[in-house]
Amino acid sequence: MTPLSHYLILSALLFAIGFAGAVTRRNAVIVLLGIEFMLNAANLNFIAFWRYGDPSTSPTGVMVVMFSIAIAAAEAAVGLALIIAVYRHRKTVQIEQMDTLKG
Amino acid sequence: MPNKITFFITAILALTAAICAMRLRNPVHCALSAALAFAGLAAVYLELDAQFVAFAQLLVYVGAISILALFAVLLTRGMEVGPGAAIASRSWLTGIAIAIATLAVIAGPIYASSISFNLPTDSVVAPVHSIGQDLMSRYLLPLETIGLMLTAALIGAAVIASPDLITKTARHKAPAREPQKAEPILASTT
Repeated sequence: MTPLSHYLILSALLFAIGFAGAVTRRNAVIVLLGIEFMLNAANLNFIAFWRYGDPSTSPTGVMVVMFSIAIAAAEAAVGLALIIAVYRHRKTVQIEQMDTLKG
Repeated sequence: MPNKITFFITAILALTAAICAMRLRNPVHCALSAALAFAGLAAVYLELDAQFVAFAQLLVYVGAISILALFAVLLTRGMEVGPGAAIASRSWLTGIAIAIATLAVIAGPIYASSISFNLPTDSVVAPVHSIGQDLMSRYLLPLETIGLMLTAALIGAAVIASPDLITKTARHKAPAREPQKAEPILASTT
């Protein structure tokens, strides 16, 4: 049986990988993918604590993760629509060139 | 039933795919390996007896978000970096250092904590029946709010990404209406 700490370490590693990618990459779509990895790491944490926690039958951890997945989907849709709109206006997806609000 | 071998196989798969998603040069390869990482995470959810979450993860993350990222990459072509140019910003070393520091801050208390990490004797199950009952009774307000938020988000995303938005705002910026509106105001004050 794997102890809980293995799942928590996996979640922490995924969070660090997503964070490193979101902070480092220049392409805006890859930055959004890093943010999705961070959200996934938090979901994994919720499920791990729900599984290894109090042996009651309420699916609280599952409910939180369901709503988190829905919110992540909406946020990805809006974020990628914004990237497409910026690309149409400025012809670039490099975040270092998106440094001014003036149209 | 969490087993050590299956955990390590799925964990190594998810982590390798995540590292590839953040390190590959071609953004299409990044999006595809991100889809593989999400599928590996769905396998981890299956090990944790959260079957509904695992299939929701497959449907939403692999089936929708990865496809959205691929569409965004394909609609924003022409900006790929060459073989010698950098894929990371100038301050990438600071970013990696902060990521390692974040990992140390999160993983430190995990090893230093004194709670028991073993599986409880009673197994926690979440059948779809009880998820549905909870959604309709206890989590009804979050359910309706999520529905409203998803509608607003998708309508907003469609409006933002539509090509007519920029030409319409450019037409509204035309100053042809302003001289006609100024005269009645001046006539009424005198």
